[in-house]
Amino acid sequence: MAEESPILAVEGVSLRFGGVRALTDVSFTVRPGEIFSIIGPNGAGKTSMVNCVSGRYRPTEGVVRFGGQDITRLGPNRRAGLGIGRTFQNLALFGHMSVLDNIMVGRHHLLKAGFLRGMLYWIGGAQTEELAHRREVEEIIDFLEIQPVRKAIAGTLPYGLRKRVELARAIALKPRLILLDEPMAGMNLEEKEDMARFITDLNEEWGMTVLMIEHDMGVVMDISHRVMVLDFGRKIAEGSPEAVMAHPEVKRAYLGKDLAEPEPAAA
Amino acid sequence: MTAMTPCGDWRASYAADTTIFPTRNSRIALLLGIVLLCCAPLVFDRYELSLLINIGFLGIAALGLNILVGFTGQISIGHAAFFGLGAFISAYLHERFHVPVLLCIPLAGLGTALIGLVFGAPAARLKGLYLAIATLAAQFILEDFFARAQWFTGGVAGRMTESPVLFGFAFDRDESYFYLTLAWVIIMFVGAANLMRTRDGRALVAVRDHYLSAEMMGINLAYYRTLSFGIASLYAGIGGALYAHYLLFVSVEAFNILFSIQFLGMVIIGGLGSVMGSLMGAAFMVMLPEVTQWGADLLAGSSIDRALKLGASISFLREMVVGAAIILFLIFEPDGLARRWRLIKAYWKLYPFSH
Repeated sequence: MAEESPILAVEGVSLRFGGVRALTDVSFTVRPGEIFSIIGPNGAGKTSMVNCVSGRYRPTEGVVRFGGQDITRLGPNRRAGLGIGRTFQNLALFGHMSVLDNIMVGRHHLLKAGFLRGMLYWIGGAQTEELAHRREVEEIIDFLEIQPVRKAIAGTLPYGLRKRVELARAIALKPRLILLDEPMAGMNLEEKEDMARFITDLNEEWGMTVLMIEHDMGVVMDISHRVMVLDFGRKIAEGSPEAVMAHPEVKRAYLGKDLAEPEPAAA
Repeated sequence: MTAMTPCGDWRASYAADTTIFPTRNSRIALLLGIVLLCCAPLVFDRYELSLLINIGFLGIAALGLNILVGFTGQISIGHAAFFGLGAFISAYLHERFHVPVLLCIPLAGLGTALIGLVFGAPAARLKGLYLAIATLAAQFILEDFFARAQWFTGGVAGRMTESPVLFGFAFDRDESYFYLTLAWVIIMFVGAANLMRTRDGRALVAVRDHYLSAEMMGINLAYYRTLSFGIASLYAGIGGALYAHYLLFVSVEAFNILFSIQFLGMVIIGGLGSVMGSLMGAAFMVMLPEVTQWGADLLAGSSIDRALKLGASISFLREMVVGAAIILFLIFEPDGLARRWRLIKAYWKLYPFSH
């Protein structure tokens, strides 16, 4: 991959909650068009890192740049317009809305009609706008193969489908960078394979840069271009999946000091 | 619950798939209902018409509260104060600046919406119980203002108003005022239904269902929380203005906290988060005292009547029945009349094979 200016640059980010140091001086860059994974044991600070990028948390120190722009202090709702979308580790759908409406909420920053034009609907162009975006949303629905449930209430869907709807909602933002927080958690093998396929398609066909947290090492190693490893809030390794897997610090973090030495291929 | 559509009803365009009323039959039923309502003044006497008019303007205000409570998931126990504010603004504009009454009504809505935005500002930061207390403050501040601002409300004496006039035709009888109310009901309810299927309506519901992810979708939480107060007040203001020009007299003490609670009752009974439910809830609240009265009349002279002294305590009885209705609905039908109505429709759709 050619060296381009990074789409996301995290520089020396630290995050403290009182005495707890969730992140300590983490720096990394995500290049346009890559799938970048963050891995690490439980409590390593992966979600905190993603929250710093998405604006849920403000880093105590350090800078987050998106496309060259400093977004460290930007409100989370302003980041959607810049092109950052995300899914959540624990499902965060709008439970009482239909799947279609959930995805349409993702279009929020692309739609222009305010509440007055919305109330008038036929006059003022709200309908035209709605239908145009509906057409695009239907493409996302086709892509993720959720046509049968588009009118179902999101809260009534089974877990795997809800994860997929959440991905659809994030795609609907038309993000340049999509943050996926454990997209495969709790899925069975078949669902995982589907999800991995969706993520690679997103990356290759839709041209989205992916920043992903995932625990399933098989998936991470298969589809990521680069991997970063966090442990106790510190970055301990970064590089290609193979290089990271062979890194002694990573083995120590995952397997403990004693086990890491004799059996190199265990993780 | 997936939307139930009859077999053979295929939508061939996105426009056909986003209509307010999903099926042809429901649209026919709606038109038929409106036509029947238009015939109401021919059939009903003045008292029954006044009940319908009451349902109309209370329904508009209840819809506003439903947008705030049901759709945005906030709370207001000061809705009656905004209803009153709309009534006074409309009456004041007409008397002081001689604005035609028909124009006063929407202007009152806008004025109330602006004040509502101011009182809604705490909603940007407060949630739940604390927001409830803040809206309670709005109720008392406005009530106190009504009592003191003699120039605006007429003070304890209240304020007289006039009937709307259009090209020399005065809406001064129940028969004609009924049509005016009906027109406003249709405008406001269609407006709300449209709002809920477009960007800002979805944003309101998103804020209710999961505000963290709503924020990630680019929704400005403070803006939409405050906006929903503005919209609720717009509806309250228009409902209040219709009330003012119907009764032709607005008195200060009408808009107390009990009235606010009644609005909450309408919204809960009708169905939180349902546009049509608001109207059903208002109808329920208006008809409940009538039914109570009717029940008491029926029992007149019986042993129950003698034991409970129904005739003397009927006014207390009405209040108690309203309270009991709210409690019973919260326990047995928390989604209100709107859900019950859907269930009834579903039952008849499958009729002989309902299980």
